[in-house]
Amino acid sequence: MKQYQLSTGEKKFIGSHLLVAILSLAVGSLFGPLQAFEHAGWDFYPYLRPWIKSYYQGLTVHGVLNALVWTTFFIMGFLTFNVIFGLKRPLKNPTLNKVGFWLMVVGVVAAAIPILANQATVLFTFYPPLKANWAFYVGLTLVVVGSWVEGWGLFMTFAAWRKENPNVTSPFIAFASVVTALLWQICTLGVAVEILTMLLPWSLGLIEGVDPQLARTYFWFTGHPLVYFWLLPAYLSWYAMLPKQAGNGKMFSDSLARLSFWVFLVLSTPIGIHHQYVDPGVSPAWKFLHSMFTFGVFFPSMMTAFTVVASLEHAGRKNGGKGALAWIGKLNWADPSVAAQLLAGILFFFGGIGGLTNASYNVNLVLHNTAFIPGHFHLTVATAVTLSFMGISYWLLPYLTGRKLWQPKWAVAQSWIWFIGMIIFSNSMHVLGLLGAPRRVPLGLAPYVPAEWNSRLFQVGVGGAILFISGSIYLTIMLMTALNKEKVTEEVEVPIAESMQDVSLTPVWLDRWAPWIYGALGLIVLMYGPVLFEMIKNIALTSPGFRVW
Amino acid sequence: MSANKIHIDRYERNWMMFTAVLLVLFATAVSVSAFGMGIQVPAPEQRVDPKTVGTDPNSPWSSPGLREVAPGKYDAYILARAVPTWEYLPKEITIPAGSSVSFYVTSSDVQHGFKIQDTNANFMVLPGQVSKLTIKFDKPGTYNYICTEYCGSGHGIMYGAIIVTP
Repeated sequence: MKQYQLSTGEKKFIGSHLLVAILSLAVGSLFGPLQAFEHAGWDFYPYLRPWIKSYYQGLTVHGVLNALVWTTFFIMGFLTFNVIFGLKRPLKNPTLNKVGFWLMVVGVVAAAIPILANQATVLFTFYPPLKANWAFYVGLTLVVVGSWVEGWGLFMTFAAWRKENPNVTSPFIAFASVVTALLWQICTLGVAVEILTMLLPWSLGLIEGVDPQLARTYFWFTGHPLVYFWLLPAYLSWYAMLPKQAGNGKMFSDSLARLSFWVFLVLSTPIGIHHQYVDPGVSPAWKFLHSMFTFGVFFPSMMTAFTVVASLEHAGRKNGGKGALAWIGKLNWADPSVAAQLLAGILFFFGGIGGLTNASYNVNLVLHNTAFIPGHFHLTVATAVTLSFMGISYWLLPYLTGRKLWQPKWAVAQSWIWFIGMIIFSNSMHVLGLLGAPRRVPLGLAPYVPAEWNSRLFQVGVGGAILFISGSIYLTIMLMTALNKEKVTEEVEVPIAESMQDVSLTPVWLDRWAPWIYGALGLIVLMYGPVLFEMIKNIALTSPGFRVW
Repeated sequence: MSANKIHIDRYERNWMMFTAVLLVLFATAVSVSAFGMGIQVPAPEQRVDPKTVGTDPNSPWSSPGLREVAPGKYDAYILARAVPTWEYLPKEITIPAGSSVSFYVTSSDVQHGFKIQDTNANFMVLPGQVSKLTIKFDKPGTYNYICTEYCGSGHGIMYGAIIVTP
C-alpha cells in the first residue's frame, strides 16, 4: 500500500522549520561546552571577548537558542507533518501556517540582535528587574504569537478533517499533535501577559517599574507546561513511531496513549508553582497544593512508560527476542533513529526521578537553584527531547529531501557518544548540586568553591567535551545529508506503529475535545485564580530596571 | 468510534495501582516532613519598597546585621544587592553554637538567592519582598551563604559567611 504523499511545497515548509531549528542548535550548542569547560578551569571566554563579552552572554545564547528556538521550531515542523500525514489531507489554510512561521523567524532575529549585542544578557528566564533591550521582548512575543498562528492552522485543519470524517477515531499522530499545540496555546498565556502587561511597556519606558514576584508567577505559569510542550512530541514518536522502527511492533494501547495526552493537557499547567517553593511572596498552602498536583502528572508519565516499553517489547519479541529483558537486545539498535530514541528514553527514566525529587515541596530546599537543576534538565530537554528529535531527524530529513542519510553508522555512534557524555556531565552536575554548588555560576572563578568539588567540576568539563563531539557529528550528518548526491530510491517510509487494539473500539470520550479543554481551563482557574487575584490586587510596580552585566 | 468502556490490560491496571500507591507514599512522606517535622518553605512575610529599603532610617535593612532578641535567639537582617557591587550586607555574622537565627533577607535591586551551605536555608530574594526562614546552628564552623540566582556579572562572587563559635 502506498503511503500518503505530501506535496513538495509541504515538505519544503516542514523542512524550513528543521533548518531554523538545526541552525539554532548549531549556534547554541557551541556555547554549552564553553560553560562546561569553564567549570573544569579551562575558560575560553577571555579569547571570545571581541564577540561575546561574558560567560553570561554565552549562557543566554545557549539557553535561548537551545531550549526555546531549537525546540519550538522542530516541534512546530514535526506537528505540522503529523497533522498532514496523519489526517491524509493538506492544511486547511496553508497561508496562515506560513504567516505563523515567518512571524516566528522575524521574532528570533529580533531577539537575537540585542542578545548578540550584549543588550539582553538576562538568560532564558529573563527575570525582571534585569532589563533587556525592548527588541528582545518583542522578539519573544513574535515567536510565541507565530507559534499560536501555526497552531490555529493545525486546529482548522483538524476541524475540517473532522467535518469530513464525522464518525472515525482520529489518527493518533494527528490527535497527539493537536493536543500538544493546544497545550502550548493555553500555557503561553502566562508569559504573554508577563511581557505585554509588564516587561514590554517597561522596557519602552511607558511604565516605571515592575512587580518581580508577579512576573515570576506569570513566567512559571508557562515555564512548567513548556517542559511538556517539549516532551509530548517525543512521547508521540515513542508511542506511535518508535515501536515500528524498533522491530515492526505495534502500539500497546491506543486508548491509554490518548488518555495520557489528555491528562497532560489538563494537569501540566496548574502546577507551575512547584518552581516557586522558595519564593517569598507565595503562600505555603498554594505551594503544597501545587506539589500534590505535580505528583499527579507522574501518573500519565508512568502510563507512558508502561505503554512505550510494552510496545517495544512487542517489537523485540517479533524480532525473535526472548526472556524478561533479553528482547531489548533484539531491537533494531543499528538504526540510528532507534538507537537515539531508545537511549533518550533510558536517560529520561533518571530525568523523571530527578523531576519528582525537585517537585517534592520541602525537598526543594536542598536543591533549589543548585547545579542539580541543570543536571536534571539536561536529562530531560537536552536528552529525552533533543536526542529523540535528533533520532526523528535521521528519518525525517531523508524523507523530506529525498536524499540518503549520510553515514548511518556515524549517526548510531553519535547517539551513543551523546548518551555517554550526558551521563558523565549530568551525574557530576547532580552531585555538585547536592554538595551545594549553585547553578548559573562560572564555578571556575567563584571564590567559595571547596576543594572537594574539583573532581566533579573536571567531570563536567569532560562530559561537555564528549557532548561537543557528539553534537558536531550530528550537525555534520545533517549538513552532509542535505547536500548528499545519493538519492533515496523510493520515498522513505514513515514509521507508524498501528494500535494492537482495534482503534474503532477506542471510547468516544477520548476523542471529544470540549470536556478536556473545559477541564484544563477550569483547573487553571481553581489552582491559579486565587493566587493571581491576590497578587494583582496587591501589585506593586516598584522595581526599576537594572543592567548589571 | 464507539462508546465502549476503556479497555485496560491486567498488567497495566496493576502498574497503575502500583503508581498510585507510590504517589500516596511520596505525598505522605512530604506531608509528614513538612507538617509533622516542621521543615517548611518560606511564607509571605512583608512587602517593602526596594528603592528605599536600604536607605530609609526606619527600615531595619538600612543598618543590616544581627540583633539578639532573646538569649540564644537572633534576628539577622540581610540586604542583598548588585549595585554598587555584588554583595550581602553584612558580609559576615558571628554567633555561638546552639543559636537560633531568623533570617530576614531582601534585595535593593535585582533578584538574588540566599543559600546557607549545609543547612535547609535556601530561598529566593526578591526586590519588594522579605524572605524569612529560621535555622538553628548546633555545630561550630563556617557556613557560607551564597547567591543562587543570576544577578548580573558578579553573581559568582556574591557570598558571605556565618561563623559559629564553640
